[in-house]
Amino acid sequence: MKVPAKLEGTATIEPTTNLASRVRNVLYAYPVIGPVVVMLVATLVFSLLSDRFLSPDNLSLVTQQVMVIGIVGIGQTLIILTAGIDLSVGYIAVFVSIVMANIAVSAGTPGIVALLLALVVGTACGLLNGALVVGLRLPPFIVTLGTMSIFLALSLYISGGAAIRGADMPDLLTWTGSAFQLGNTRVAYGVVVMVVLVVLVSYALQRTAWGRHVYAVGDDIVAARLSGIRTRRVLLSVYAVAGLLYAVGAWALIGRAGAASPQAAATLNLDSISAVVIGGTSLFGGRGLVVGTLLGALIVGIFRNGLALIGVQVLWQEFAVGALIIAAVALDQWIRKGSR
Amino acid sequence: MTPVLEARNITKSYGHVRALQGVDFDVMPGEIVAIIGDNGAGKSTLIKCLSGAETPDSGEILVDGERVQFTGPDSSRQYGIETVYQTLAVSPSLDIASNLFLGRERRKKGILGTVFRMLDSKGMREDASRQLNELGILTVQNMKQPVDTLSGGQRQGVAVARAAAFGSKLAILDEPTAALGVKESGKVLDLIRQIRDRGMAVVLISHNMPQVFEVADRIHIQRLGRRATVVTPQTHSANDAVAIMTGAVQV
Repeated sequence: MKVPAKLEGTATIEPTTNLASRVRNVLYAYPVIGPVVVMLVATLVFSLLSDRFLSPDNLSLVTQQVMVIGIVGIGQTLIILTAGIDLSVGYIAVFVSIVMANIAVSAGTPGIVALLLALVVGTACGLLNGALVVGLRLPPFIVTLGTMSIFLALSLYISGGAAIRGADMPDLLTWTGSAFQLGNTRVAYGVVVMVVLVVLVSYALQRTAWGRHVYAVGDDIVAARLSGIRTRRVLLSVYAVAGLLYAVGAWALIGRAGAASPQAAATLNLDSISAVVIGGTSLFGGRGLVVGTLLGALIVGIFRNGLALIGVQVLWQEFAVGALIIAAVALDQWIRKGSR
Repeated sequence: MTPVLEARNITKSYGHVRALQGVDFDVMPGEIVAIIGDNGAGKSTLIKCLSGAETPDSGEILVDGERVQFTGPDSSRQYGIETVYQTLAVSPSLDIASNLFLGRERRKKGILGTVFRMLDSKGMREDASRQLNELGILTVQNMKQPVDTLSGGQRQGVAVARAAAFGSKLAILDEPTAALGVKESGKVLDLIRQIRDRGMAVVLISHNMPQVFEVADRIHIQRLGRRATVVTPQTHSANDAVAIMTGAVQV
């Protein structure tokens, strides 16, 4: 390797001298460190405060409580990575769950047909958001604020305001809520679905060109376009994949709630954004990991569960989640500022 | 000899603003041509038309003597023309190797690449490292380092290396030293000579007269949307060029 002598020196990457900037650079390179630490500390604290916290039954409960947020949170992560945001996620999930249940129960089709159609409907919902963002160049915040109301209205219209009981549906549609024995813990199939999806989407993001392009679009969309990336196509695909993931989330929602109801998952919008942000993904796009969102969902679940176990009022659970979100965004700002 | 890239009588208007009013331009193989001109002379618009980022309203663009129609930044690339924009067009949170290969990633061979679309990350990192080493840009080779953590000169180096690595004929550089200090500017100028010595042609936009006169083989002077003239460092001084640029001397 021939390196002209006069080019040395300026070419080396300046060693970072003070501790703060070194910490920043490490956190920049490994965004999941923050959430991992928070989760471990929370687990430790709650296990000291409550004997029941680490019991197999309780851990099983926590995972089941986070599976819906975890699954739709993967879709939300993709959109936030492109510097967008999706406020319609909760009502897309509700809408798709009602469509799925109606196809199966009212029309009497087999579960697999209802499920596959629901996945198509979810993807179409995501595509609608994507088309409005890409085609009309509207801000994602406004588009999804609008479609949130639209999907809520459609959910109420189709369901007539009434829930469809899980007991009336084909078994496949409630399968996500049923569980199997793993060691001394019971694991819901929906949790397995969540983990499989985290692995699949992580692969797509980290190991394929599409994934690089998703990050590049979120980082700097003009630079991405000048680098020859078809940014509109990337954005559209992200919204479509997110819609597909919301449809899977709808399936998990039916399993978890034991019903398809227009009242379900009213908090899913903000909960999914919380999970993404607490998981270390930057709201400004281009930085973050899907596995972080899984951790973020688990952290929220652990705080809610742990605080409930030690007998703290519900309102303090909300307080804790709020504080976590602000801390996570503040940390992200600090990391970004330091790296420039 | 046929020019690598030639523009004939191209015009471009933005609304009422006539940015280019019939510009001719040419660059020969293995030649560094600088484009200079006052603000609003049409330098940036000219470069955008040459790189495919903008489509001229009229006129012709020829690559190796053949008429072409660029439809976007990636279409000029197919002709071996690479552009380094002033904004650098790098993705700050992606690493060096990912940036070098952004938009033209390589997949693994075999079923992993075709069915599972898996990137050949290791191969791309090795290639990136080799490229940057050959150009003497980075002596520390952590290709996994995010571009965000690099200095301005190093980022410029990454962007220029990308052009050198993928361009076969021509690199267009828009103000490559504008944001850099003296030492870093010197390095980028060395880099420009190096890629010229590899046989590529270079088109360079700059405001910095000493730099232009240091590296350019020919200097295209743009004035009021037209090519005022083309001079060489041997026949004209920097003062002459400025005089032509501002219109103090008519050519």
